[in-house]
Amino acid sequence: MPLTHLEPTPEQIEQEKVYRTMGLTEEEYQKVIDLLGRKPNYTETGLFAVMWSEHCSYKTSKPVLKYFPTTGEHVLQGPGEGAGIVDIGDRQAVVFKIESHNHPSAIEPYQGAATGVGGIIRDVFSMGARPVALLDSLRFGELESSRVRYIFEEVVSGIAGYGNCIGIPTVGGELQFDPCYNGNPLVNAMCVGIMSHDDIQVGQARGIGNTVMYVGASTGRDGINGATFASEELSEKSDEKRSAVQVGDPFMEKLLVEACLELTKHEALVGIQDMGAAGLVSSASEMAAKAGVGIHMNLDLIPQRETEMTPYEMMLSESQERMLIVIKKGSEEEIKQIFARWGLHAVAVGEVIEEEVLRLEHKGKIVADVPSDSLASAPVRHMPSKVPASYTANQNTPAWKPQVVDYAATIKKLLGQPTLASKEWVTRQYDYMVQTNTVVAPGSDAAVVRVRGTKKGLAMTTDCNAKYLALDPNVGGKIAVAEAARNIVCSGGRPLAITDCLNFGSPENPEVFWEIDESVKGMAKACEYLNTPVISGNVSLYNETDRGAIDPTPVVGMVGLVEDLDHVMTAPFKNEGDAVYVIGEAKPEFGGSALQIMTDGEASGKAPALDLDLEKSRQEKVLGAIKAGYVASAHDVSEGGLAAALAESVFGTAFGCDLRFATDPDVELFSETQSRYLITVPEAAKNDFEALIDDAVLVGSVTRSENLNLAFASSTITLNRNELENEWRGALSCIMSAKN
Amino acid sequence: MKTAVIVFPGSNCDQDMYYAIKDGLGEEVDYVWHAETSLDGYDAVMIPGGFSYGDYLRSGAIARFAGIMPAVVKAAQEGKPVLGVCNGFQILLESGLLPGAMLKNKNLKFICESVNLQVKNNQTQFSSLYDQNEVIRIPIAHGEGNYYCDDATLQELEDQNRIVFTYSGENPNGSRADIAGIINETGNVLGMMPHPERAADALLGSDDGLRLFQSILKHWRESTHAAYTS
Repeated sequence: MPLTHLEPTPEQIEQEKVYRTMGLTEEEYQKVIDLLGRKPNYTETGLFAVMWSEHCSYKTSKPVLKYFPTTGEHVLQGPGEGAGIVDIGDRQAVVFKIESHNHPSAIEPYQGAATGVGGIIRDVFSMGARPVALLDSLRFGELESSRVRYIFEEVVSGIAGYGNCIGIPTVGGELQFDPCYNGNPLVNAMCVGIMSHDDIQVGQARGIGNTVMYVGASTGRDGINGATFASEELSEKSDEKRSAVQVGDPFMEKLLVEACLELTKHEALVGIQDMGAAGLVSSASEMAAKAGVGIHMNLDLIPQRETEMTPYEMMLSESQERMLIVIKKGSEEEIKQIFARWGLHAVAVGEVIEEEVLRLEHKGKIVADVPSDSLASAPVRHMPSKVPASYTANQNTPAWKPQVVDYAATIKKLLGQPTLASKEWVTRQYDYMVQTNTVVAPGSDAAVVRVRGTKKGLAMTTDCNAKYLALDPNVGGKIAVAEAARNIVCSGGRPLAITDCLNFGSPENPEVFWEIDESVKGMAKACEYLNTPVISGNVSLYNETDRGAIDPTPVVGMVGLVEDLDHVMTAPFKNEGDAVYVIGEAKPEFGGSALQIMTDGEASGKAPALDLDLEKSRQEKVLGAIKAGYVASAHDVSEGGLAAALAESVFGTAFGCDLRFATDPDVELFSETQSRYLITVPEAAKNDFEALIDDAVLVGSVTRSENLNLAFASSTITLNRNELENEWRGALSCIMSAKN
Repeated sequence: MKTAVIVFPGSNCDQDMYYAIKDGLGEEVDYVWHAETSLDGYDAVMIPGGFSYGDYLRSGAIARFAGIMPAVVKAAQEGKPVLGVCNGFQILLESGLLPGAMLKNKNLKFICESVNLQVKNNQTQFSSLYDQNEVIRIPIAHGEGNYYCDDATLQELEDQNRIVFTYSGENPNGSRADIAGIINETGNVLGMMPHPERAADALLGSDDGLRLFQSILKHWRESTHAAYTS
């Protein structure tokens, strides 16, 4: 006997305001009554609560998301489906999306991160694409805290455990540490897939009378209310919500990938969608609403791994590795056979009906009967916005001036900061080579994955410098997009489009809402300029603890097309004697810089300025020079300024350099002025290169030496490559092994 | 030479192996599903890496009971070359075709990186195109690659010159005697943790692994040629 008799009645739900504990506001509950023309029962209240959560409905962020450009000549599928799709020629397309799993990772880091990876993979193969790469954008608090080290270590293990087993290479991402993420880590997973135009699928339940099938793992009680939990602030009590975190089974997902990719070739398939956040309810109601139809589902037929599950539990469970599909009536047996080969369930659980409702039957009774589009159309919230006092104060702060005494020591210390240090301790745990297409491995500006059977490659990266956004969300938002594009360009790719993961604090705080609004405006502007539309994304709000909100962290995931693998470019110096050029003049811009953070422990002042016209024209020129074959190495100047860029370009090589500058060393080496590049060019290509990029400044040459000699008017700085490299390479593993 | 690449439900290096043979070596190759029961008609058998059945138990512990395994044992007994890489090596150990067992890596973490291997025995049908003691660069990617065997077995492996590859320089996983790959007594079954199929294309950083497949082909050509002429 299921425990449904213990559920409150519709009257009790209203009188005792049970809907509040489920996450619905007074106004939202009234709206539900208006939509239904009656009071919702317990199951129905649950359906609305979870579907109208911020995580599923974007009710707060919708007005802001409208700023994004979402179309373009290459865009085949924009936001709204499992993932976006962009044409890459030859009737092939790239599919990608990024998604957050922050809250689950905060309380159960291994499974939280693992299931984040699993979820984003399903979004990609549900479009009909084979997943070819994963990236992870991670942010943690300070590693001095044992709790943070535990979360960091387990998140990385969870990502490795899932990605390595399923056999999709984890080729890139980011890793940053800052006190603002102490209680609230950010775990954003991105998946990239490749497909033929002919195989594009949609999550729609078309065709009255067609069969709704449930495929994959059975449903348990894990992850119930996960979407609602993700739409609240984290608190001391969050640990009690551990059961809202799902448990992943990458082997099951591997079977599901293969079976579903076989399925997408089958003409009987009408629609397919992942049971992700809010599980069955979201997949069923969204598929019905998008097709303008209804779905009648018999919950007795749902494969269940626990006994006596209630309709509420089944509908809201976020058990992993499950998909909902709609197929042509009469083809059930053929479809079952495809899944049986992989040892998976494929069970007919319902049918597409004309009446636009989601109707759920359980033990002979109708337990929920709600308009299908009502669940997918939460009332939009327009939040008040207010300029934060900190923004005004930072805009009026006098320019920060570095006080560098010992350059060599400062640069060495800078390279040992966890955010700048080598990420090998992490990337070594990820299988980044499986599928044997990884042309550029983790550690470069962007990873490059070959499109097998062609000359093409895909360059991919994730970027966001939240410190700039903390000072100025609009400029910081622009920089996040521009820097991602610079990374793609430095790898020899043409930026195609972006996916975004908007991580912010509570939108109910007007100052946070202002940050969201400004960040997205800035990002949208940069996307327009750089012709990189937003094709998919995810919003993660309420990233705060009782100690406050995180810095605004809208992560940009970008994919670019490398037209010919001969164009692939990397950062390390390649040949002795190559000319070293710096493109872009450094200005005294230190707000949010790595040097400022290291010195003061916090960001202050103005973020670096960004001129989008200049940004765009430089990117085009640099990519042109790379494609013409003039360039031996290319690296963008970002966190840590030219000092970090130079060091990163000699690490792992036998080279040093002799450079001479006519500028101020503090500004030249540590400023984080935007749109700058460090490029080396073989002697024979110098004239062509200079003709193409007239503002490139020749500063010296690559030497076969372990020293980097940097001559300035007032002084000469000599850096030892080995000394810097030891510090850089060992910093993270040293912290992680010493303190365990 | 016609090669079978065995596909378990959780194999994930099956395609890599397939392309190394098809594109790298330029020879005929098929996928063979784990539920099949015959390998007749194949000249060589490859068991690729991955997580055959999820490997939530011991790696390879369930795979040894798969429908195809009696055919793999038969192929080994017939003297056909059988290569198990990574999870494939683990399966060969579990099925008793090779001695020893795998422990978790000594640092208890998954490790993916290119490592240096030393060719300790170039007199095998898998390594004849390498120089004796040559150092080659091949990637590893495993969580349980810490090879272990008892003293008597190690003595036997050493006495019979059955250690084909060892880690050169730092031993990444703590394996006994730096072992990275071993062969059986009859020399036709090789298990190794490093992935030669990931080093079969210079575009991806190294093609040092290609010579392993070329060695198999060379041996096959010589032995079939010998068969024809005898």
